Amino acid sequence: MSVLVFVEDPSDELSQQALTFARGLGEDVHGLAIDDRDGYAPAAWGQALAAATRERSPSMLLAPGTDRGNEVLAHVAAELDLPMVANCTSVAPGDPLTVVRVRWGGSLLEEARLHGSPALLTVAAHAVAADPAGTGLGVETLEPAVEAVVRVSERLPAETAGVSLADADVVVSGGRGVGSAEGFAVIEELAALLGGAVGCSRAVTSAGWRPHTDQVGQTGTKVSPSLYIACGISGATQHMAGCKGAKKLLAINPDREASIFASADYAVIGDLHQVVPAISAEIRKVKGG
Amino acid sequence: MNILVCVKRVPLTGGKIVLTDDQRAISTKHLGFTISPHEECGCEEAVRLIEQHGGSSTVLTLGPPEAEEQLRDMMAIGIDQAVHLVTDGEEWDPQATAGAIVEAIGAQAAPYDLILFGNESADAGNYQVAIRVAHKLGLRVVTGVKGISVHNGSLRLEEEVPGGRDVYEVPMPAVVTVKEGINLPRYPSVPGRLRAKRKPLEALSPVRSEPKLEMVRLVLPPGSGKQAEVLGDGPDAAPAVVGVLSELGLV
Repeated sequence: MSVLVFVEDPSDELSQQALTFARGLGEDVHGLAIDDRDGYAPAAWGQALAAATRERSPSMLLAPGTDRGNEVLAHVAAELDLPMVANCTSVAPGDPLTVVRVRWGGSLLEEARLHGSPALLTVAAHAVAADPAGTGLGVETLEPAVEAVVRVSERLPAETAGVSLADADVVVSGGRGVGSAEGFAVIEELAALLGGAVGCSRAVTSAGWRPHTDQVGQTGTKVSPSLYIACGISGATQHMAGCKGAKKLLAINPDREASIFASADYAVIGDLHQVVPAISAEIRKVKGG
Repeated sequence: MNILVCVKRVPLTGGKIVLTDDQRAISTKHLGFTISPHEECGCEEAVRLIEQHGGSSTVLTLGPPEAEEQLRDMMAIGIDQAVHLVTDGEEWDPQATAGAIVEAIGAQAAPYDLILFGNESADAGNYQVAIRVAHKLGLRVVTGVKGISVHNGSLRLEEEVPGGRDVYEVPMPAVVTVKEGINLPRYPSVPGRLRAKRKPLEALSPVRSEPKLEMVRLVLPPGSGKQAEVLGDGPDAAPAVVGVLSELGLV
């Protein structure tokens, strides 16, 4: 079985995961990158991959389940009028192909049949671990379609302010239980003591207490710190989709039945307004002594 | 300008998803409904653009008869009218959904200058309906947008990417998908809700084609299997918490 893989960036972990996933499906795997010297142009990149797909008639075309991977593959699918499956975790051979894909940001899985050939699939992040043996595999670079009508025209630098949420090693997050914008002072204090970033749940951004850039969740930032401290957060699927990459999770909540405890490694039962300042005081004591 | 926003009715899932006995849907016996967060922001953006530039906004959904509730909600925050592509509640695959939307757009008297979608739906997350609609209509499409401004018939669109913001300039008409964070949607007012009841809603009955991406069943992912270690109750737990922090090398 021959498999083509759109490689966003050969050094990128998710592109390497897509290549590893592809090698689990077939012997004949080719990585395809697109020359980006003129800037990202989604439809033109999709046209280049659609042309390669027409020419080489692979059994499958895969892409990493990233923003760009999903976008470019959707252009291929629209161009070729074929079905496309976004964010697969596994593929079973057969006609039709049976796939398992991610829904609700990972809170639910769907088993589906794909009626179309070649199969167009994106690979969900961390569906497989990237096999470093595959990084030496040659990736061919295609020219994008000549007529790019939509292209990035400018890159604005990020507004940098402290530790970035996505890359932070510790995230201290507050939920509805914080109660107000001012209530976040204790969250900020603990985050600063741990050299971490402040996060929040969607309820908090909807109430206008914190900016959306602080929101962790399915429609916010996805984080993967060593430790995630969830304060006054109930554990809605929307939120858990953003913090399930954390290595350890400490939940502080007065409600013993809160669903966040089912995903937690450590639990403190109590009101964050008392517990969080006590933790900060204890850290100061330990550091001072 | 004329703006269309496409939305999808989805359950408010809360903390724990429970499936129906046939495993083909989420059990919604005890759940309310909403639309995907990105789409709420799409509606808010449409209302703001019309407030600034004049014109008319329309919200469209493909969904069961009950989805009228979501259309009225969006008209309550200021959308002018609605188109409801009524289904029997069975989910449509992305190709069929895009086809029905394109047909409905073709049937409208005035063409749209801007067609907005959410970047992906909260439930299915197929990441493709907007792109398919754009291809069928021969329009330009930009996805994942967190900033829109209109100058002389052109759109300046900003997208967050690692390390900064990418800017796109495209002429209208165009298709744009937005992400939550582009704005903070307003809450509907009581007069807004009353006005929404009288705003025009056109109901159409599209025919569902055979799905090419056919859902077989839904499966709950295996639980974390975690048994949280309780460090204590209230502020007395602080020393135990700091013990864990130092074990993890964080203090």
